[in-house]
Amino acid sequence: MTGVSRPEAQALPALGARPGGARRVRPWAVPLVRRRIVVVGGLLLAGATAAGALAPVLGGDPTRMDVAARLAAPSRAHWLGTDDVGRDVWSRVVYGARLSLLVGAAVVALALVAGVLCGLLAGYYRRLDNAIMRVMDGLMAFPAIVLAIALMAVLGPSVLNVVVAIGVVYTPRVARIVRASVLVIRETAYVEAARALGASDGALLARHVLPNCLSPVVVQASFVFAAAVLTEAALSFLGVGVPPYVPSWGNILSEGRLYIQQAPWLVLYPGAAIMLTILALNLVGDGLRDALDPKARGLASDKQGAA
Amino acid sequence: MKTYLARRLLALIPVALVVATVAFVLMHLAPGDPASVIAGPYASADDVKRLQHQLGLDAPLPAQLVRWYARLLRGDLGDSIFLRRPVLEAIADRVEPTLLLTSLATLLAVAIGVPAGIVSARRPNSSEDQALMLFALLGISVPNFLLGLLLILVFSVQLGWFPVAGYSPLEHGALQTLRSLLLPAVALGVVQSGLIARITRSAMLDVLREPFILAGRAKGLAERTVVWKHALKNAMIPTVTIIGVSFAVLLGGAIVVETVFNIPGLGRLIISAVLRRDYPVIQGVVLCVAAVYMVINLLVDLSYLAFDPRVRYQ
Repeated sequence: MTGVSRPEAQALPALGARPGGARRVRPWAVPLVRRRIVVVGGLLLAGATAAGALAPVLGGDPTRMDVAARLAAPSRAHWLGTDDVGRDVWSRVVYGARLSLLVGAAVVALALVAGVLCGLLAGYYRRLDNAIMRVMDGLMAFPAIVLAIALMAVLGPSVLNVVVAIGVVYTPRVARIVRASVLVIRETAYVEAARALGASDGALLARHVLPNCLSPVVVQASFVFAAAVLTEAALSFLGVGVPPYVPSWGNILSEGRLYIQQAPWLVLYPGAAIMLTILALNLVGDGLRDALDPKARGLASDKQGAA
Repeated sequence: MKTYLARRLLALIPVALVVATVAFVLMHLAPGDPASVIAGPYASADDVKRLQHQLGLDAPLPAQLVRWYARLLRGDLGDSIFLRRPVLEAIADRVEPTLLLTSLATLLAVAIGVPAGIVSARRPNSSEDQALMLFALLGISVPNFLLGLLLILVFSVQLGWFPVAGYSPLEHGALQTLRSLLLPAVALGVVQSGLIARITRSAMLDVLREPFILAGRAKGLAERTVVWKHALKNAMIPTVTIIGVSFAVLLGGAIVVETVFNIPGLGRLIISAVLRRDYPVIQGVVLCVAAVYMVINLLVDLSYLAFDPRVRYQ
């Protein structure tokens, strides 16, 4: 843009380019710090998964009411205290982990299958491109949480409907990424070679195009997972998510909010659970992105679309 | 520049059309038809039929869709089933707190996020960079409603500095309004500032590696001038984009956080409408929010004109 030409700039970095150069001073330190923090994320996530999987063993019955011990502070009997009808908060938080992770995984599965399918078709077939992507644009013209609320209004409250609503919200985000990759891959020599050898469209898409556009999708999957956990919690908190009797972090917070003065543990512990889970997913996502998709570092990704 | 403007405006039309269609389809997916919801559980089959005819619900779907577009063009969003008044009026009543909250939160998010990103980018991997980026990562991992609850716990319940909840409208004094919106705006803005900081940082890092920065330093410009004038202006495109996205995200966030702080805005309106199955209100709020979203995107596109002369000559 200004006067200096490229080769000159490349010859000079040791002289003046401090900020750019500082990266190269400790090349080993950066990935190490990153990797260690990614390991922390993985461990947190494993912990949450274990808690969710072993919920019946760890937590006992999340619906048993100990009416004598309503709003009891954390104690030996109730590690994280009890709620307004005497249910054990630890047990509900552990079952909440199970629900959040199940919803998150199901949303990822749904959004990936639908998004990859739409993205492949739109990217590969010129005729479908416009139609499919205009629908995706239309869905993305709503803030994620608002579209999710509207879908829940139409579908009615249930765990399955929460998955469907959040899945629909995040499908276009996946579709866009896949389409962008397909547009590039479609023009590559190996696809042309396979086509010349007489491969059918289906075989071409499944064996050559799809595998080559998966790495950005894998990266996106962890962010969609985080967004799904966040959106589920927000929907349930608002009272339009999973039905109130299901133990979910959002539901616990939504009831706990009313007793925030007498029983802050109703807010603090499920809140910490949500935060650590999302943090873990973001850390793993950042790590995956650095490993698989170095070009996209620092790019937005709509992971904040949720709440 | 004029063609750029014209192209941006024209590009809005198909999106608006799709948005209107999505809103239409959405409400036609609802179980049971609006007529029986409006008529209530005790209405006879004849009453429901008459109402269906009155509302045009017995017409074929394509005809209904065309009528829907025509109504939207006239700015008619229909009547609320429960509130028994036009949806547009109900929305106009509730729009003030939501827009104020969103704007205040965006302001906070930018005021924290942009400087944090620049400071981080000036010395990448320094301890202040790592501390700031850790903070940003924590920021994007806290749900805004949770942060809101924690702020209430600390500043309202423990310290008593702010009202626990509620909203003081502008007509009762702007200062009171600001006081009632400060905690929710912090809850929204801090979370979003993490994202803005991350984007600003990476945009600045990219720009600082450009040859013209080297040229600036070589001719002896102060580091301050290089970073804050030359680099920042060129890093503004991704940053402004993320600020626009942030406003839209915060608008959605405001709808959630309003529940935490009992602020009577669009969020409370749509949630109570969902609980009462008041479909026209849900549809209206969704459409209005999408409209704001589209306008913001347009403004972001137009702001590129100010930051990148190349756009002007396209």
